[in-house]
Amino acid sequence: MNRRSVADLRKGERARIVALLDEQLSLKLFELGFLPNTWVELVFVAPLGDPIGVRIDETYQLSLRKEEAKTILIAS
Amino acid sequence: MKDAHRMSNEQKVGVKRRIRKVALLGNPNSGKTTLFNALTGLNQKVGNFPGVTVDKKIGICRLTAGNQLEVLDLPGIYSLYPKSLDEQVVLEVLLNPEGKDYPDAVVVVADAANLKRHLLLCTQLIDLGLPILLVLNMVDVAEKEGISIDTEQLQQLLGIEVVATNARKGVGIEQLKEKLTEIKPSCRSFYDVAPLIDQYFEASLKENLPKGLSAYAQWLCLHLFERLSFLTEAQKDSIQRAILHAKEPFKALNLQREEVLQRYEQIDAILAETVLKQTKGGNYSRLTRLLDRWLLHPLAGYATFLLVLLLIFQSVFTWASVPMDWIDASFSEFVNWVHLQGGDSLWVSFVADGLLAGLGGILVFVPQIAILFFLLGILEETGYMARVAVLMDKVMRQFGLNGRSVVPLVSGVACAIPAIMAARTIPNPKERLITMMVVPLMSCSARLPVYTVLVALAVPNTLLWGWLSLQGVVMLGLYLLGTLMSLLVAWLLNRFLRMEQGRSFFMLEMPLYRLPRWRNLLLTVWEKARTFVVEAGKVILLISVLIWGLASFGPGNAMEEAERELRRQLQGKATDEQIENAVASVRLEQSYAGYLGRFIEPAIRPLGYDWKIGIALISSFAAREVFVGTISTIYSIGSEDEMTVVERLRSEINPHTGKPVFNLATSVSLLLFYAFAMQCMSTMAVMYRETHGWKYPLWQLLYMSAIAYLSAWAAYQWLS
Repeated sequence: MNRRSVADLRKGERARIVALLDEQLSLKLFELGFLPNTWVELVFVAPLGDPIGVRIDETYQLSLRKEEAKTILIAS
Repeated sequence: MKDAHRMSNEQKVGVKRRIRKVALLGNPNSGKTTLFNALTGLNQKVGNFPGVTVDKKIGICRLTAGNQLEVLDLPGIYSLYPKSLDEQVVLEVLLNPEGKDYPDAVVVVADAANLKRHLLLCTQLIDLGLPILLVLNMVDVAEKEGISIDTEQLQQLLGIEVVATNARKGVGIEQLKEKLTEIKPSCRSFYDVAPLIDQYFEASLKENLPKGLSAYAQWLCLHLFERLSFLTEAQKDSIQRAILHAKEPFKALNLQREEVLQRYEQIDAILAETVLKQTKGGNYSRLTRLLDRWLLHPLAGYATFLLVLLLIFQSVFTWASVPMDWIDASFSEFVNWVHLQGGDSLWVSFVADGLLAGLGGILVFVPQIAILFFLLGILEETGYMARVAVLMDKVMRQFGLNGRSVVPLVSGVACAIPAIMAARTIPNPKERLITMMVVPLMSCSARLPVYTVLVALAVPNTLLWGWLSLQGVVMLGLYLLGTLMSLLVAWLLNRFLRMEQGRSFFMLEMPLYRLPRWRNLLLTVWEKARTFVVEAGKVILLISVLIWGLASFGPGNAMEEAERELRRQLQGKATDEQIENAVASVRLEQSYAGYLGRFIEPAIRPLGYDWKIGIALISSFAAREVFVGTISTIYSIGSEDEMTVVERLRSEINPHTGKPVFNLATSVSLLLFYAFAMQCMSTMAVMYRETHGWKYPLWQLLYMSAIAYLSAWAAYQWLS
């Protein structure tokens, strides 16, 4: 089955990050706290469906585009 | 700690240097600016880093016992591997011991509630080997969120002094000040790169790396050398060669990722021993969630945003008009007074009509700029601005812009100068450039006086449905027109502008909502207003003196002869005031500005303008608001009061056609021209500074003039 990414989360759903796919983006994502084994929760979706807002590690919120969220794989 | 190791003695010896300059560093949203303000108060000045246009804020911090210390506020960064212009600047400062701004010590600010992420930067800075101190900021918020931190233990594990503060309330600031002069480097390091350097490179490389840097700082030079301006060409070449001939392929990105992950591992181990988290999210984050549900709601969210925009508009125009009118009136009274006192000499005219009038033209914008930045500051401080970017990102992307472009575009309604500067927060170079290119199309406040006069000429003063002013509707329409045109141009630029695409990304922290810090806000307002007066003021003053010269002198003695002739004709037939106004007009006609006006007349006749309007176009080339002043001189109105000007212009008859000069077609044509034309020297100056060259400002001038000319032409031809 296809692996799920942060972009596939439903509102309020929580999941653990497994891996980051995009090499270029991953350093930036690391710095922002998207680390393997960290919990992410989808908090909001912008009115036009994109970008989305997630809560990382139960501490802080961040908004990113779906396109970017697709590169963050989660455990299903 | 498994990766900890003792630093060599040599590195410790460097500590003895007295600490005079401290650099303040931290992640965005760490409360760094609040801390800077708490330390320095009003003793700060803003400059620019050489070559780039990132603001450099330096403040003086008064310590006890009469000592003082220079504090350098560097832009907020996430790590020492830069991804934006702001981050780049920080590296330039920290890696160059020869540089003017190289600090004696580093104070790193971390948000106590987000310690893990914020410590990443801290451990990198520790490895730079500079004396360093950690400030745990916003401890109160962390406590309310159920997070308690054992600072003693944290001190031990990081090997550096840790001070807990709440900069908003001033808690811990005195303790911090006491420790500032005695900052020491850490006795441990987190990521030892010396073996890595040996693993990849020949020993000879070390001779070509900058001296006086720790191994980690040298390592950073190896990663970032292409972008570090202080390295000599020879150094860059040797690093380039070393990387090409490395013992194994030097995969910078992989190494960086590995480093970051390893650092996080160590941080996790430290946090496990120092941080206790009791509850999952306290009141603060609950309130934020609640507000987000409302403010990011498909309907309520956009409605609120629209309301906020309206409120900003309303206040920029209505609140600002009181002090603006006051400044305007005082300056014209002052100018009159100087004329009365000084008599009729050239010098008096230079001081009054050149210098003072120019100065008034600068200061009159200060209220608008101050109010706009005050309101934008509130949006920023409360955390709402980040939500606006979220609301607008998808829309803006269609036009090649970014959610973050909204702030510059909205600011453009007040003044393009600060708005263009606000585009720095956009990480993608193409999106940033497009944003800067289209911002001046937004109807700025300088267009307002021009619009006021022209709309009054073109549109009858009637009410729609008994309450809605038709002139007001047209005004609003002009603002919409500017906005639509800027989006259209952005879309075209996005399609046709060829430049290194770079990657467009949008990753934005959503800070918790909180009340604004008024002290911070007022400091920002003060700083922006001062920057405007000084930076833009220079250019405006220069140009207004130049234009005064063009209007005051003419070839040969044509001006004097025309004046004598006119006085002879009018002798006894008109009041003194009428004569003086007519004289001013006829002198302008014979001046260099008058000749220029006639010279360009063939080019502007298709737009419905005569040479007199031509003079106004030329004189307002530097600053569009000059239009009203010039027009009132040319038509010898002798007053800049808008209603007087409008009355007088309406009765102006074109001698060739016998019809009013300012008919509907000409007025609409002028309105469109001023809506789209660049007509602002200061904007060009800022564009030059921001893009490091004349290429983009000139393109901007060209495309805006083209749109202005074509639309004015089309409107005139269609309406007349």
